Amino acid sequence: MKQQIIISGNGGQGILFVTRLLAEAGLEMGLDVLTSETHGMAMRGGTVISHVKVGAFRSPLIRRGRADTGLFLSDSNVAIHGAFVKPYGRRIVNTDRTGEYEGIDAAACAAQLGSLLATNLVLLGYAVLRKALFCDEAVMRAVIKKASRPRQVDLNLRGFEKGLQL
Amino acid sequence: MGKEMKRRILMGNEAIGRGLVESGCTLVSSYPGTPASEILESVVAFAGETEAPVHIEWSVNEKVAYEVALGHSYTGKRSAVAMKQVGLNVASDPFMRSAYLGVTGGLVVVVADDPGPHSSQTEQDSRFFAQFARIPVFDPSDPAEAKGMVGRAFELSERYEIPVMLRPTTRVCHARQGVSCQTPQTLSREAHFKKDPGRWVATPQFLTDLHRRLNDKIDEIACLKEMYPVRITGDGSAAHCIVSSGVACANTYEILEDMGLLEKVDLFKVDLPYPLNRNFIGAINADYEKILVIEETSPTIEMQMANRAIKGRTSKDVPDYGELTPEVIGKVLETFLNVPGKAEEDVQEVKGVRPSLCAGCPHRAAFYGISTTFPEGIFPSDIGCYTLGMNLGGVDICHCMGACISQGAGLYHAYAADGPDYPTIVVTIGDSTFFHAGIPGLINAVFTGARFIIVILDNSTTAMTGNQPTPQVGLLADGSPGNVVYIPDLVRASGVKFLKECDPYDLESFTVLLKDAGRFCRSDEGGVAVIIAKHPCMMDREAQKDQRCYRVTVTEACTGCRVCIKRFECPALIFDEESKKVFVDQNGCVGCCVCEAVCPVGAIAVQKTGGEE
Ligand code: SF4
Ligand code: SF4
Ligand code: SF4
Repeated sequence: MKQQIIISGNGGQGILFVTRLLAEAGLEMGLDVLTSETHGMAMRGGTVISHVKVGAFRSPLIRRGRADTGLFLSDSNVAIHGAFVKPYGRRIVNTDRTGEYEGIDAAACAAQLGSLLATNLVLLGYAVLRKALFCDEAVMRAVIKKASRPRQVDLNLRGFEKGLQL
Repeated sequence: MGKEMKRRILMGNEAIGRGLVESGCTLVSSYPGTPASEILESVVAFAGETEAPVHIEWSVNEKVAYEVALGHSYTGKRSAVAMKQVGLNVASDPFMRSAYLGVTGGLVVVVADDPGPHSSQTEQDSRFFAQFARIPVFDPSDPAEAKGMVGRAFELSERYEIPVMLRPTTRVCHARQGVSCQTPQTLSREAHFKKDPGRWVATPQFLTDLHRRLNDKIDEIACLKEMYPVRITGDGSAAHCIVSSGVACANTYEILEDMGLLEKVDLFKVDLPYPLNRNFIGAINADYEKILVIEETSPTIEMQMANRAIKGRTSKDVPDYGELTPEVIGKVLETFLNVPGKAEEDVQEVKGVRPSLCAGCPHRAAFYGISTTFPEGIFPSDIGCYTLGMNLGGVDICHCMGACISQGAGLYHAYAADGPDYPTIVVTIGDSTFFHAGIPGLINAVFTGARFIIVILDNSTTAMTGNQPTPQVGLLADGSPGNVVYIPDLVRASGVKFLKECDPYDLESFTVLLKDAGRFCRSDEGGVAVIIAKHPCMMDREAQKDQRCYRVTVTEACTGCRVCIKRFECPALIFDEESKKVFVDQNGCVGCCVCEAVCPVGAIAVQKTGGEE
């Protein structure tokens, strides 16, 4: 099993948390995992990207055009980081529009749950539903329970389940 | 090593922190700076988890951190110091001399480089610095390896009584990987400082001998068999060879794999770029006609190979600046191996959103106040979140930690020499930066009679790097109380005669103070004026709870002039392209209501909604 995933969005959208969840899911499944993330200056609301590589890799970075799947926390990021995804790769996008990708209004779903903070988890759930990720829902559910802060577990799980039901 | 525990996902910096705790290190000091900040934080976490006895401190700056660690090592105990690459510039004084005098207990110096740079003011290569100092340096390519190298570095350090550097880059620091963890080693060493003035005082008469001995150590280390670079691809008979280290080596490997050339190219991985193994240099230069060296960021390995035919950064076959991303290395390899690329179209970089200060950030209010009060002013600033004030016209100069105060003095002396009509100079410096390197500059400015305004942006934290406490907060790295040191006391003790404090949210009072300060500077008895702009960082959730919160909206009166966007740039103020009006994003707005004063037509309306009152 080898899979390369990018997660793109803006600082504050919970990109790092999704990165961690995917890494923990890989570990849970006994796979090698390497990820790369953005910290520091760029996180003050600027555009950020994370790379997740599952399987036998050495470098934490994904080369342009090699990612199997891209998770985009907003549609404007497709123009910025879309080129990382293979021509026939999967682009899972939080959007209220339609485009040449698998779009879903994750923000609206999160708002229904009472917090936009769950947008990332809704999108993650949707990506699992669409089989765009290496892991299944059971693994991810377990990882969310383990990795979430106690006060956030409930919201995170509800966000994830919401994404799974779309 | 202790017994093996299970694998955990660790960030590179956490893996390094874990390695330090497992190595029986009993002191770790650091000053926060991206990409190194999480190292010390993870030492706190892992020492707590394993109950390892480690003194852990956020020192006031990197020079101090280095000296604390050095003193600890003189007693025979293991110590480590962590910083970002420019931190080593600050610590360079003790660093250079520590190579000569050496250490007793192992000393590992973790210096995180930032090729790119992603979050730094230079792209400098600390391996080059290590070579300059004659200190051995390890170059890890992933978190697991970084952790392993901590142990190797301690062993090397104690065997040769020399500090050893571990140089991760941003991509290692901020990578995550499954890393196996052990129970920490307990060394049970008691502090014992053995007096030896010829060594620890080392007046010039002793130094030639110490220098000679340092050279001998480096010569020996350069011949160690265990440091001979390992060939990780090819069978040793290829015509081409590539020598690489760090993340660049990992990327090179993957690209060769992608090209289907793993069997055809000999790739050597260097763990210890300085001193580069002497036998390796001889063998490679003799065995291969075509050699390519891929390393970040300076030609450290390349220059030691001393072979003019080598392709690399010097020959510009590898770009001699910038990060070696997979895309860059891909192109380099295609040319070197003469393999046409997979018709990879050159993707145009699309610019993302630039970072900006958080909604409600007190710095935004301060910069707005400063730039509107002194439209003709000159504004040197410093390193921190507030550097982003450049988007707001509040930052004209940013150089290195603490420089703004001394640069302000230099600017003043230049203008004042031309006549009394000099522009008002207002420098801004964060609280943590002030402790780090602002104080000597302040004393110097007061002493030499400079006249300008210093606004200390006191948000009671080191915000940029993840909110580490400052000495004024009075909390130690592990959260326990320390002895509080107050900024106003330091300012007064430096001889400043004008010192006022104000919450920049209160723009009116802040502006009055700025004007007072400006008059003081130009008065007969005038000099340096200091205003402490005090308001907690928005990341401090506790402080936010105490903050008054208003409901802020934009009314129909909005003309769409965008003044609030251009001059204030609060991320919660959004221009709606359809209605050509601004609206407040209620999810982002923290209700600070500072923007009210910015709109020229009064279209930003404020309504009280609870909070304190
Ligand atoms: S983290 Fe704090 S100091 Fe930095 S921009 Fe946000 S509010 Fe301002
Ligand atoms: S809110 Fe005021 S400053 Fe902003 S665009 Fe409207 S009129 Fe201009
Ligand atoms: S009140 Fe105005 S300045 Fe403050 S956070 Fe809200 S929109 Fe931004």
